Amino acid sequence: MLDVLIFATLNGVVTGLLLFMLAAGLTLIFSMMGVLNFAHASFYMLGAYCAYSISLYFGFWVGLLVAPLIVGVLGALIERYGLRRVHQSGHVAELVFTFGLAFLIEESVQFFWGRDTKNYQSPDILDFALFTLFGQEFSAYRGFMIAISVGIFIGLYFVLTRTRIGIIIQAAITHPKTVANLGHNVPLIFMGVFGAGTALAGLAGVIAGPVLTTFPGMAVVLGSIVFVIVVIGGLGSLAGAFIASLLIGLLQSYAIASDVGMQDLLNVFGIDFPYDHPLADLWGLTLPQIAPILPFLLLILVLIFRPTGLLGKREE
Amino acid sequence: MTLLKKMSVWVAYLAVLLLLPQLFDSILAISVFNQMAIAIVFALSYNMLLGQGGMLSFGHAVYFGMGGFLAVHALLMLETETVHFSIIWIPLIGGLFGLLAAIFIGSFSTRKAGTVFAMISLGIGELIAASSLIFVDFFGGEAGISGDRTYGPTFFGIDFAQNVEVYYLAAGWVFISTVFMYLFTQTPAGRMANAVRDNPVRAEFIGYSARHVRFISFCASGLFAGIAGGLFALNYEFITEENLNAATSGRVLLMAYIGGLGYFIGPIIGAVLLTLMNSLLSNYTELWMLYLGILFLLTVMFLPRGFAGFIMMHQLAWVRGKLRDLVVPYLMTGIPALTFMLSLIALIELVHAEAESLHIYGLTLDPSLEGTWIVLVVIAAAALYGTRRSLPQLRAAWHSANHIPDEER
Amino acid sequence: MTTPIRLLLITLFATLCGVSTAQEPVRIAFMDPLSGGFASIGNSGLKQLQFAADYFYNSKNGILGGRKIEIVPLDNKQSPTDTQIQFRRAVSEGIQIIFQGNSSAVANTLNATISRHNSRNPGQEVLQINYSAVDPILTEAECSFWHFRFDAHAIMKLNILTDFIAKDTAIKSVYIIGQDYSFGHVVADNAVRLLQEKRPDISIAGTEFHPIGQVKDFTPYVTKIVASGADAVITGNYGADMVSLAKSIIDSGLDLPIYTFYAAYDGITATLGADGKNKIRLIHNEVSNPIPTEERKAFIRAFKAVNPDNDVTQPRIINALQMLVTAIEKSQSTDPYDIALALEDMRFTNLSGEEIWMRGTDHQVFQSLNISVHTDEGIEFDADNSGFGLFTEYSVPAAETIVESSCQMDRPSR
Repeated sequence: MLDVLIFATLNGVVTGLLLFMLAAGLTLIFSMMGVLNFAHASFYMLGAYCAYSISLYFGFWVGLLVAPLIVGVLGALIERYGLRRVHQSGHVAELVFTFGLAFLIEESVQFFWGRDTKNYQSPDILDFALFTLFGQEFSAYRGFMIAISVGIFIGLYFVLTRTRIGIIIQAAITHPKTVANLGHNVPLIFMGVFGAGTALAGLAGVIAGPVLTTFPGMAVVLGSIVFVIVVIGGLGSLAGAFIASLLIGLLQSYAIASDVGMQDLLNVFGIDFPYDHPLADLWGLTLPQIAPILPFLLLILVLIFRPTGLLGKREE
Repeated sequence: MTLLKKMSVWVAYLAVLLLLPQLFDSILAISVFNQMAIAIVFALSYNMLLGQGGMLSFGHAVYFGMGGFLAVHALLMLETETVHFSIIWIPLIGGLFGLLAAIFIGSFSTRKAGTVFAMISLGIGELIAASSLIFVDFFGGEAGISGDRTYGPTFFGIDFAQNVEVYYLAAGWVFISTVFMYLFTQTPAGRMANAVRDNPVRAEFIGYSARHVRFISFCASGLFAGIAGGLFALNYEFITEENLNAATSGRVLLMAYIGGLGYFIGPIIGAVLLTLMNSLLSNYTELWMLYLGILFLLTVMFLPRGFAGFIMMHQLAWVRGKLRDLVVPYLMTGIPALTFMLSLIALIELVHAEAESLHIYGLTLDPSLEGTWIVLVVIAAAALYGTRRSLPQLRAAWHSANHIPDEER
Repeated sequence: MTTPIRLLLITLFATLCGVSTAQEPVRIAFMDPLSGGFASIGNSGLKQLQFAADYFYNSKNGILGGRKIEIVPLDNKQSPTDTQIQFRRAVSEGIQIIFQGNSSAVANTLNATISRHNSRNPGQEVLQINYSAVDPILTEAECSFWHFRFDAHAIMKLNILTDFIAKDTAIKSVYIIGQDYSFGHVVADNAVRLLQEKRPDISIAGTEFHPIGQVKDFTPYVTKIVASGADAVITGNYGADMVSLAKSIIDSGLDLPIYTFYAAYDGITATLGADGKNKIRLIHNEVSNPIPTEERKAFIRAFKAVNPDNDVTQPRIINALQMLVTAIEKSQSTDPYDIALALEDMRFTNLSGEEIWMRGTDHQVFQSLNISVHTDEGIEFDADNSGFGLFTEYSVPAAETIVESSCQMDRPSR
């Protein structure tokens, strides 16, 4: 039991931190521009595919550095020539634009890279077991993933709270007009933040690609979960996104690791249902079975009872 | 518009609906018309939410699917003779169940509009789609459930075995639904929905609960989505999980948006356009989804009011009788723009064709020849240049057609 | 890609008006996902069917004394709804033979649709050639006169797979993991049942279902597998779920055999590469390396010469086409009713030199079943050009794969 608990925690943390790298960019973009970027996970996928192509010629490490830059520049260009234009038509138009963008990126990835899964491998230097516990290895690469994500969190926190640019960004979030009046180029800041956010998503893709498989559906799998995290954590709150990411990661991991189901719950109350009961499907539910939909359940509950999210302050 | 004029629009609509299968009577054409009929009701119901009520939903397929599932269960009951009625009422059963689902979900989701509403709809959509795979008894797992529409009493001797018979039934329901959805926009509830969409605070000041108004629109929208689901069940005689998942929700958003949100006719245009793309284009190119994505993004960027909005832009010029002045500038820009698009599509297909020769526009292109690529790129570049050169003239013509000179005032 | 593109307006007009019926070639529809997430499998199948038709017939004298075979690709996007839409299109164009393989949900829909259509429209019947959907129900409770299956169904495959596992005395406990849908459940239920019959001492360490295509990371599942102490894993996963599961198991340093149905080709073999060597086994029909006959080797080489990026992943498509044409020639007719009668109880020697039998009572094919291992040793014909491929370790002749069927077929009277 202990071994399952320890590994479930480790797995949850790895997933949670990975989700955070996506959620961080998304929540920054949201708090600045007020637009929930539906295509965010698509940039994550682009990161993985770019890094895969680069790694074929220059190895993993070059891909790690260059792919997020490519994705970031692409993101900035899309903001400059697409999103900014749509901005005039209102928030719904923006949301719909990113929705269409997600669709287009997925199709483009299939166009350029094909539909098969890609053989994107982690670097040989990290191809060893960091430690072995109860017969299961924890690979060094997963350790590396944790290190990168924690590094990003600390770095982001430092930039946003301790540097001049961070202060300008924070000001632009709450008082864009005042910041513009002070002589700062707000559109440029927006473009920069969008680029940085997408680059972060790209970086997440680069490091997740080798372990979570690089295939055209990888964005869809993560897309809506990242949304859920940002909303649960509180729109615009970096710390909230961090907590919510870990929460969701651990929640899913523990749910899968557990073996309890409705049957056990009913047994506690001494209720028993025949197998041919019309609601047999409901009584037979197990926690691992519904693990992937738990975040959505949480989302609805949070929105009903605390629409601002865990750490959110602002309501539209 | 006078009442007579209004009535003639409706009569024309009904006539088109009824005459279509007379003009095109192949099995494929009937199949496409059936799809269109379903899509029109579904897209119109979505527009009640987003276009008229300002509620962006990412889970509208839930009501469509729920209506459809109950409709198929009703068909199964007819088959086992548990109940006895003509299948022409099946869409209504779907609609009522859609309404029921909307009442339940709307009771907590319509409290807020905007992002909160959008996120709740997303969550519920995912939740129901996932549950549909878990509760096999009601939803039938990934294979769905299937019924037979030929049971129950016949309707004036029609047993609805043939698709064309179902089309006429669907056309009837489409017409009735369209009329009622239009009438809804004219009721105080419909008008208030617009007010709440534009400014909920002011709407509350004049004594309306924004939440209540949203709830009513939401329920009405669920009702018509359920009717569309019931039509789906009648046409295909089965329904599966994919009919209530996020992809279906996304498609209806696409339809309504491309067609034009602000206009009542917009979703109808979008539904027709997307059905044609989905059922016909996909047989000519594997890349149709790519083109659909591009079309969608271009629409959002350049036609924020959709195709209906684009048509309505010409109203002033039409009224002033200046539409004729626009024809030549449109052709001047349109022909090179079309050439550019077509050569771009040829290039994309050529990249995709890899080594094989490509048959396109009645030509055969060989990707291994460098000349093919050079010629296509030159054509595309020239066409782009032509488009850009002629744009200012188009703008000027547009301006003069729509700008009322001082002496006319 | 050979799909012709014409101006949309012209086609729209032509298709809506109904295409003229110049019935020179025998037209066969290939209805599988050709766009979207599952398209790679569909396109690869299409290439194989197209190539087989050209290789055996069109490049020679055609069939029925000179008629060519025309393969009409119809994209169903692996969706039951689009399957119906494309079915109507096929009927509209007068096509009466449909090849379909991917997804049992789609096959079931098509089966029900065709049964209804054929009973409502006598004279316009359609024949379903199922080359890959393995839900047993299609030749059991839902069996139809108009449906023929050219692949062994899930329980037949599991029967052989559990025989193979039962022979391995080192295996004491088995973990079963699958996608939470009908095929995943069929695999799990029958694997448990058959193992208990054959080796009561093997314990089932766990049975786990996960949602299709929604799992980001399989490591939490692997943790459970480790904790259960299983010696082997059985899974019916396909596509990305298969790759991710196998990668997670291997990454966690677990050295146990993984028994699968679909862990090869279409990028999967290349992605698993050296990591999966000698760990992953597949149950399938038609022997892989070493290829038994020169005829089949020649066919594969000819196919690779035209389609260097694809493999002959589904030899059953070729069997299906050859048997279909044999039936057409035998009955001298393209009417589905005549073809169906000729196909029933046909015995046919295929490219591998093996006699395969189409049982008349339920329209289920019987041929040898094989278990192969993912390796790079002794591989003459690799997959995904990766150097890795399938090496057949265990082969069971057709006679031993036969299972009873509960099919009560409704035979149309003419």
